[in-house]
Amino acid sequence: MSQLIVNGIRVDDTFAEAFGMRATAIVITAHNAAWARQAAVTMTGFATSVIGCGCEAGIDRMLNPDETPDGRPGARVLLFAISTSELQKQLQKRVGQCVLTSPGSACYGGLEAEERLKLGNALRFFGDGWQVSKRFGDKRYWRVPVMDGEFVCAATTGLSRTAVGGGNIIVMGATAQTTLAATELAVEAIGTVPNVITPFPGGIARSGSKVGSRYKGVTASTNDAYCTTLKGSGNSALDADITSVLEIVIDGLTSDAVAAAMRAGVRAILTLGPERGALRIGAGNYGGKLGPHHYHLKDLLP
Amino acid sequence: MSALVFSLRDAPAQRLDLAPLTPDRLVGLSESKIAAIELQTTRERLRAGDVFKIRIGDATQIRFDGGSERFDRIGAGMSQGEISIDGDVGTQAGRLMQGGRLAIVGNAGPWAASSMKGGTLVISGHTGERLAGPVAGETVGMRGGVVIVRGNAGVRAGDRMRRGMIIVEGKAGSYAGSRMIAGTLIVRGRTGRLPGYLMSRGTIVTLDGSDALSPTFVDSGVHEFVANALMASYVQAYSPEVAAMLRQPWRRFLGDMAVIGKGEIFYPPVTN
Repeated sequence: MSQLIVNGIRVDDTFAEAFGMRATAIVITAHNAAWARQAAVTMTGFATSVIGCGCEAGIDRMLNPDETPDGRPGARVLLFAISTSELQKQLQKRVGQCVLTSPGSACYGGLEAEERLKLGNALRFFGDGWQVSKRFGDKRYWRVPVMDGEFVCAATTGLSRTAVGGGNIIVMGATAQTTLAATELAVEAIGTVPNVITPFPGGIARSGSKVGSRYKGVTASTNDAYCTTLKGSGNSALDADITSVLEIVIDGLTSDAVAAAMRAGVRAILTLGPERGALRIGAGNYGGKLGPHHYHLKDLLP
Repeated sequence: MSALVFSLRDAPAQRLDLAPLTPDRLVGLSESKIAAIELQTTRERLRAGDVFKIRIGDATQIRFDGGSERFDRIGAGMSQGEISIDGDVGTQAGRLMQGGRLAIVGNAGPWAASSMKGGTLVISGHTGERLAGPVAGETVGMRGGVVIVRGNAGVRAGDRMRRGMIIVEGKAGSYAGSRMIAGTLIVRGRTGRLPGYLMSRGTIVTLDGSDALSPTFVDSGVHEFVANALMASYVQAYSPEVAAMLRQPWRRFLGDMAVIGKGEIFYPPVTN
């Protein structure tokens, strides 16, 4: 594979291949930022990949009190799924089990769009007849009595059909420590880009996958071409100096947001340099035949 | 383009029905056609040109220079544009209003905003009884929109209200929010006797308490309501002082238990 050298780091002349997804956003507020974050972290748990979790979800960013509908600290959460029905199901279950239950929480729509998903309209029945609907202007809310007061929840939130899932950066380094340092820095940089999430633990996946398997019924399996302990095997894509590989997967509400996030991540890795960080940057694709969104690394360079 | 102006010639000799003088009806009409619109409510014919000196202008921006307590049904049924009246008006101002803005710089008579569906009605002075309520034969009062009364409101403000918001910055008479079905009624000043009488659902906020609360309302304690912060954000554009007060803890009474008891009245934390 041809490569460019930028700041001493090898950049593969390849591209990340991503797919269209359904997405939504919600805003969670609470008495303080810690409890808003707690509710958001809880509802985005076990949401790393649509392969096994039903959806991919994460915190877009924390919100100041002046940015939320009720003037309390909050968190904006993004959810991505492969179908509208699955997204609705995941949203309802996760908000119902993880946000409604969290002390002092309230939940609002975080995405303005014509198409709507049920939020409070689905959860209001927990009120067992004591729930109250309030409409202020064009916004409708449900007030559901709970033991510490009321769970206030917007009736609906917006649905996006133009979201993108599967933007990615593959970070390759000489040691586990330097590779992790570069990847962490990239995740931090991506965290400043609005409308994107990195759904894996801490934003990082160590088990990149390929489509299919030699075993019947297994839809995804290890990306053996990038497994460092399989170097030397016929299929390996790794150089001799690479001993650790990590991947950042990026989902965004728009293709531009995913491109901006990848650009921020790649630049952060390049800025750190090869001594303290990565030796090589790559990206995962399926030959360009499966996903309509292609992000070429050479287009993302400084 | 400047506003379409109706200047009152003399105090009218009979009650007038001003419902035809809305942007919906006047857009595209010439001065002579507007002047020919009949406004009488008795057998004595009275045309707009007889009552008003008309200065033609943008019919989506209508201004009345001078008012009268005999100006009935002003802005009734309007769905767009703006009407402002520099003076008092009579009964049923903004009745069945669907949209737009009606501003009365004076007092309004009874049944202002009667069964209103949308838009904004601002009354700078006082208003009579049954603000936003239904007229005889109707089962539902206000169904949407926002009403702001800077002065006082008469008895039974918000009667049978179903949706929308009423803000009374002065006092309200007895039975405020009587028979409410839903919606929100906020009274900044003192509320008369028995607010929420037979209300089934909906929200009444009595920021200065009431003269008497029915024993069919039950005290559910003082709380900080997240929903009131949302209400305050919405009210901010209409009445900043009321909005600031809403952001405090309030005592909630549930009722009216004489009916289904799913309504609520917010009182100051220390009941008075």
